[in-house]
This record gives sequence, C-alpha cells and structure tokens, in this order.
Amino acid sequence: MATPSSTPVDLSAAFVMAAPTAGDWLVILPPALMITVGAVLVMVRHRIRLHAPIAIASLGFLVFLDMLLLWKVAVEGPVTMTMGRWLPPFGISFTVDVFGALLALVSAIAALAAGIAAASDVNDSGRRYGFYPFLMLLMAGVSGAFLTGDIFNLYVWFEVLLISSFGLLILGSERQQIDGALKYGILNLLGTTFFLIAVAYLYAIFGTLNMADIAMRVGSLQGAPLMTLSALFVLAFAMKAAAFPVNFWLPASYHTPRITVSALFGGLLTKVGIYALMRVMIMLFPLQREELSLVIGIVAVLTMVLSAIGMLAQNDLRRLVGYAVIAGIGNMLAGVAIGSLAGVSGAIFYALHSIIAMTALYLVVGRAAAISGSWTLEGGGGIYRLAPGFAFLSLAMLLAVAGLPPFSGLWPKIMLVKASLDIGAWWLAAGILVSGFLSTIALGRVFLFAYWRPQAAQTPDAPYGPSAMDWPSLGPIIGLTLLVTAFGLFPEGVIRLSETAAAGLLDPSRYIGSVFATGGAP
Amino acid sequence: MNTLIFRSVAPFLTALMIMFSIFVLLRGHNEPGGGFIGGLIAASAFAIYGIAYGVAAVRRALWFHPMSIAGSGLLLAALSGFVSILAGVPFMTGIWIYPRLFGVEIPLATVMSFDIGVYLVVVGAITSIALALEEKERD
Repeated sequence: MATPSSTPVDLSAAFVMAAPTAGDWLVILPPALMITVGAVLVMVRHRIRLHAPIAIASLGFLVFLDMLLLWKVAVEGPVTMTMGRWLPPFGISFTVDVFGALLALVSAIAALAAGIAAASDVNDSGRRYGFYPFLMLLMAGVSGAFLTGDIFNLYVWFEVLLISSFGLLILGSERQQIDGALKYGILNLLGTTFFLIAVAYLYAIFGTLNMADIAMRVGSLQGAPLMTLSALFVLAFAMKAAAFPVNFWLPASYHTPRITVSALFGGLLTKVGIYALMRVMIMLFPLQREELSLVIGIVAVLTMVLSAIGMLAQNDLRRLVGYAVIAGIGNMLAGVAIGSLAGVSGAIFYALHSIIAMTALYLVVGRAAAISGSWTLEGGGGIYRLAPGFAFLSLAMLLAVAGLPPFSGLWPKIMLVKASLDIGAWWLAAGILVSGFLSTIALGRVFLFAYWRPQAAQTPDAPYGPSAMDWPSLGPIIGLTLLVTAFGLFPEGVIRLSETAAAGLLDPSRYIGSVFATGGAP
Repeated sequence: MNTLIFRSVAPFLTALMIMFSIFVLLRGHNEPGGGFIGGLIAASAFAIYGIAYGVAAVRRALWFHPMSIAGSGLLLAALSGFVSILAGVPFMTGIWIYPRLFGVEIPLATVMSFDIGVYLVVVGAITSIALALEEKERD
C-alpha cells in the first residue's frame, strides 16, 4: 500500500530522476494526441458535422508536432522518454531517431491530405460508421509504431492500426468490402501472430524487449538461435509489407473501400511493415540480415517485377495502383538487401516518396473516376478534355510513381541502382530498372486510355458523377504534387536526412546512448 | 429465454454483477482484478439484462450510447497519462494524492483513473458488440 508517510527510499535505483524537458514530451505527444482526439470523436460520434473540422485541425497539429520532433532529433540526436519514469530497459521507452521522425512526419502529411480529401469523399453514412475516429486511431497506431523504442510496444501499435484499419475497410458494410476485409483481416492477423511469436522468442533469448538493449547485447551473445528468430521476423514483416509470396491480400482488398481509405492504406500501412523490417533487421540483427540478404534480394526482385507485370495486366484503376504500391515495396526491400549506407538511405528516401506518392495516386485515381465515370481503363477516357488542369496534375503524379524526372521517384531509384552496382549485385539493379520500365509502360497506358482517349459512350459505374471545382478533393492532390515536385527538384535535404537516418540505423550507438544516458542498468 | 424465473431474477443478477464488477475494478490495484476483468463482468451483466428484457431496455437503462462510454473511458485513460506533465515526470507516471474525507485518508492515483478508463472502454465496447449481436438475432 502506498502511504504518504513513506520512509526515504533511494528512488534513483529504479526511477529516471531527471525531469523531462518540454522537448522530450514531443516524443509521446503524437500518438497520445491522436488517441485523445479519437476518444473525443468516438464520444461525439452522432454529431458528424463536428468530425471533419476537429480531425483535420488535429492532423494539422500532428504535422506541426512531427516537424518540431524531426527538427529536434536532427539537431540533437535521438531522444528518449521512458513511460512511468521506470529506468530503461524496464519501462517502455519511446526512442525517436531521424528515421522514425522522418516517417512519422511524412505519414502525418499523407494522413492530413487524406483527412481533407475525405471531407468530400466520405459521405454521411461513412462518417456515422466512424471514419474520422478510426482515422485518428489509425494515426495513433502509425505514429506510435514509428516512435516507440520497445519491440513489444511496436507489436501493440501494429494491433492498434490493424484494428482501426478493419474499421475503415468495412465502412459501409458492402458485400465486396466484407469479402476484401476477410482476406485482409485473416492474412494480417496471421502476420501479426508470427510477429508476436517472434517477439516471445526474442524475449526468451534476450530477456529484454527494449530495442536499444537488444542492439547492445546482440553482439556478445554466443550460440543463440538468432537466424531462426530473424527468419521469423522477416516473414512477419514481409507479410505486413506485402512482399512477393505473401502479398496476395493487398490486391484482394485495397480496391474495395472508399478511395480515401485506399489512399491511407496504400500510403501508410505497408510502409509501417517496411519500417519495422528495417528497424529490426538492420539495427538489431545486422549479421543475420547479411546472411539473409540474398533471400531478401530475390524476394525484392520478384516483388517488383511481378507487381509491375500485374500493373500491366490490370484494367481497374484501383487494382493497378495496388500493384504500384507493391512495386514500391520491392524497391525498398532491395535497399534492405543491399544493406550499405547508400542502399539503406535509398530505401528510406523511397519510403518517404512512396508514402506521399501512393496516397496522392489513389486520390488522383479516385478523382479521375469521378470525372470520367468509370473505374476501368476502357470505360473511362476523355479526362484531358474534361479537366485539363487536373490531367496535368495526374501526369505529374504518374511520372513520379514511375520514377521519372523531375519528380521525387527518380532519386531513390538512382540511389538504389548505384548502391546495388557498388556491391556487384547487377541482377538487383536490373530488377529495379526493369520494374521501373514496366511501371512506366503501365502508367503511360493509364494516361493514354483514361486521359487522352475520347470519352467512351457507356453508363458510368463509378460511385459519383463529375463535379466541378471541388476543393476538398483537389486541394490535397495539388499539395502532394507540389511536395513530390519539390522533393524531385531539391532532393539534397531529403537525401541528407535519409543518410543521417540510415547511419543511425547502421550504427545504433547514439540510439543506445539516448536510452541509457540516464544511468540505466545496461 | 423469456421464462418467468429468468425475467424475475435478471434485474437482481444485473445489479449484483455490476456491484461486483466495481469491487473487482477497485481491488485490482493490489490484488487480482482490475479494469479489464471488471469491465467484462459489467458487460456480461448488461448482456443478461438484454437477454431478459430486450436490447431497447438495456439502451434505455444505460442512457449513454455504449460507444460513447467506451470513448469517455479512452479519454479518461489518455488524460490520466497527461497528469504527470504537471509533476514534471514522464508520461504515464503514477501521481498520488491523499485527501482526507471524514477523517479517513483515501489514496487516489492516476493509476486508478487509468484503470477506470480501461473499465469503461471494456464495458462500452463489449456491451455495444453484445447488443448489436442481440439485435441482429431478433430481426
């Protein structure tokens, strides 16, 4: 029993004694803010008019917080706050380095764009089902996963975002959506279960769940079954990230929900899987990654080439973009397989590009279907004549996704190709180039059929008819296109940040120092 | 399940279970129990009431929508984490106060308010699932 008249105890043996500064609070604020706002929105779930303003304002605030966090981390190095004041590794630490902060910021921008776009795309029924509360909780999960420094906590955030994504996926409860959600749900639960088994196994081996602690001990451990453990982690995160043999859930489900939800999922969810893969395999188990690099490399090539072929074969715009998401995952996996500073920073840059570009591409496709009245390539057409300004935006986005200059898709591809040639993996470089070439053809086909060709005379099958100037749907597309163009024209800043992030992953000494600076038991 | 015996017993059973759930919730600080298991007991109490008298009766008796209850619990739990910002210690650190009520010292903590939040989340979420399933069965 805790009583006020306690005898003096040496608290410093169990507690972090230094008071956290205001900057330290930035580490926990993004997920905590999202949970709080999500809770408020659940409470006012029937006043759907309030949802959009509250949610968009707090997503804007989230972007601001993540900017401050990135700035702080880039200047001062990794920042740690341990929950409940317990000394690490016993308390749950949130440790943020440049890698986590970068991804958190970019995903917050994508979520803000999707939140604004939803103001026109998600109807009252979707809002009554709880689109905005789910969006808030999804962002809590995504931010938490990027910022946490504890591997079991990472699992918890995966669950948070998985459960919110179920809710978003079946918004409206249509038959097709339930079908997609079932496949998505079962395969993702399987992946999460593998992750949980791997975490339990890891705890049995190391006796700790704090990532900094694991990174510190992994070198001195003799004869532990780390290869088995790493293989389990790779399998679990490959399922989450939709890498080739275990990616069939993505094309089966991503075309079913509202387009804004697809945009969120395509931008964020698979990238959380890639983030976890990089965090665990590059920072915690570098030797095992080296051993598995051939397997990861082959998976990467198969993922990107086969999904590019999938893009060519698709007729439905949403399914085509789904394959584009997977092709990007292949490129990021290539960076993980290379494992050098150049390769990892290429993969990080690609992840940043892909979050923005995939969110934008789904929004573009949604608007294109709204204008032409069809989701399919042969049904639509004539968008160039109907909306020339929007057609230019779309062309920019398609080129960015294909990886052509002057947009942001170009640079990470160059970095990855160069890094793979540097280590002599010509087949990896060839895979990246072939996949890029095939994607260019597939996306060019979209522009040719859906934009340049005169409109086909047939009944529309898309959910809504053409609308004139619709700022909530056009605004985010313009914003994201500007961002992609800016990254493409001035890539130095992003490349430098990606390199800092990659260096922090490859040499986690500063990460470890940030967690144990306060005198924890190492 | 519309037998006379069940319908007469259900209100007493519900009241008893809710009282027991609160006991389990408060006991959970130092002994087995806590918000999660307490919430499950309370949710089963509402489910029993719903089986006996129908979903509409439960919704009337609850007054608030179950999802709103869950939301308020989540808010309470999240805010309990933020209290430590005032004491200058990290997020989620337990903060204690010891008010004296009628000469009895009552220790109160953010740990407890967090647990009450968990209790409300579980009550709200499970009740709303149970009621939804019950409703589907009827139509």
